[in-house]
Amino acid sequence: MTDDVAVLGAGMHPWGKWGRGFVAYGTAAARAALADAGLDWRDIGSVVGADTVRGGYPGHVAGATFAKALGWQGARVTSVYAACASGAQAIAAARAQILAGLADVVLVVGADAAPKGFFRPAGGDRPDDPDWLRFRLLGATNPAYFGLYARRRMAVHGDTPEDFALVKVKNAALGALNPYARYRKRVTAEEVAASAVVADPLRLLDICATSDGGAALVLSSLDFAQRHGAARPVRIRAVSTVTPRFPNTVLDLPDIATDSAVAVEPPQETFRESIARAAYEEAGIGPEDLSLAEVYDLSTALELQWYEDLGLCGEGEGAKLLREGATAPGGRIPVNTSGGLASFGEAVPAQAIAQVCELTWQLRGTAGDRQVAGARVGITANQGLFGHGSSVVAVR
Amino acid sequence: MPHTRKPAVAGWFADEGDGFRLLGTRCTACASVFFPREDTHCRNPHCTGGSLEETPLSRKGRIWSYTDSRYRPPSPYVSNPELPWEPFTLIAVELAAERIVVLGQAAPGVTVADLTVGMEVEVVPGVLHEDAGTTWTTWHWRPTGVAA
Repeated sequence: MTDDVAVLGAGMHPWGKWGRGFVAYGTAAARAALADAGLDWRDIGSVVGADTVRGGYPGHVAGATFAKALGWQGARVTSVYAACASGAQAIAAARAQILAGLADVVLVVGADAAPKGFFRPAGGDRPDDPDWLRFRLLGATNPAYFGLYARRRMAVHGDTPEDFALVKVKNAALGALNPYARYRKRVTAEEVAASAVVADPLRLLDICATSDGGAALVLSSLDFAQRHGAARPVRIRAVSTVTPRFPNTVLDLPDIATDSAVAVEPPQETFRESIARAAYEEAGIGPEDLSLAEVYDLSTALELQWYEDLGLCGEGEGAKLLREGATAPGGRIPVNTSGGLASFGEAVPAQAIAQVCELTWQLRGTAGDRQVAGARVGITANQGLFGHGSSVVAVR
Repeated sequence: MPHTRKPAVAGWFADEGDGFRLLGTRCTACASVFFPREDTHCRNPHCTGGSLEETPLSRKGRIWSYTDSRYRPPSPYVSNPELPWEPFTLIAVELAAERIVVLGQAAPGVTVADLTVGMEVEVVPGVLHEDAGTTWTTWHWRPTGVAA
């Protein structure tokens, strides 16, 4: 077990399609997090930027671009990219600097301005790049993989499209209560069923959009937090950034095939399960200790998968857990109280940071109409392209 | 002018017609199979590393899952934007001997309504797209008629 770091501030720029550059969103989120922390930008010893792939060099190499926009003040800089896991990597880098004594207080920022429509690889011919190849040879978009997972769940666990629709209904109702969400309208199961099929069996309202948005955190050592007068801050207790174990037998984005299990038996747990287990072990907690979870609901069906991978229920019991209301507000373990990606859409480098913003507000008891009563422990989970695990445990 | 047939990706499949097979590689030390092919190092972390030899993959397997693409994928997928979009089906197939799942497009005309998880399919030669002088070939999965 490692020491905790304090979350002194959390801030976001609302998700949407605003037509501005990512720097504007990230800077707004950073200023909000600094104000929330009661700190001046000049007090920050280190800035960690989660990169977007938009804008030439990855996000103008994000850390320094945000530092320049906020006004050069000489802070140590780090820039990280790990696709959807970029935000968790940024938090991990900040935490490592704090625990190593390299910095007292660190600003973590992620922001994106996403293009409309399917995500696609950067231009140019790259026949050695699996991500380029899956588009070129198969036309396998991200929703195609989500469709494969959803169909597999239907065949193996008996999930139905109606189960999937209920995830959207739950998350849309929560997003309607979140001022930072892009979609703030409740959705009915009938509306999901009436939306166009994108990748059978998934429909438009089963699949998350791509959005503009920004999120930021101010993290510090517990000593700094105490000196700063934050007597009982939210604390980050674990950051899991694990990779898969060979053979990885679940077909994962952007791969065209799994590893072969002919020579080595597959590990007992899947990659996604191992992401959560590493976080639980580092935090010294288990799923029974959780008050809430924020998971990466790229699709409705994938949220049900995360229930099982986080150990909130047994394998194949995700839809039952949802139907019992356990993951809704007032349930045993509310999931995606922010409204999730269903309500936000993906702003890739901001998303894992935004998940921790939601945990922070919930654990402080300041989540307004979305508040989980008495929230003490929260977990986030997500997964970045090519095998980047991401999970954060926060406590108060 | 007749089209020249060229593989859309080099070294991933061999032969036309009945002898058509996907090509992977097999580690001579641990017997792990790789598709897409690994030609430099075995990726099994427990293996000290043998040489990698080309190996044809099983011709038949069973459907692990399937989906389709109701909207036109972005580039680098090649399609003619002048023509109305025709959805294609994608099938992920579990090959028992290699204990691997391989994704591919279904043969033209196969829709999700024709498929179930567990159904037997076989690999067949297919066409990815055609341009002025070239027919770019690929692999497709096609049901054999054997049910789940």
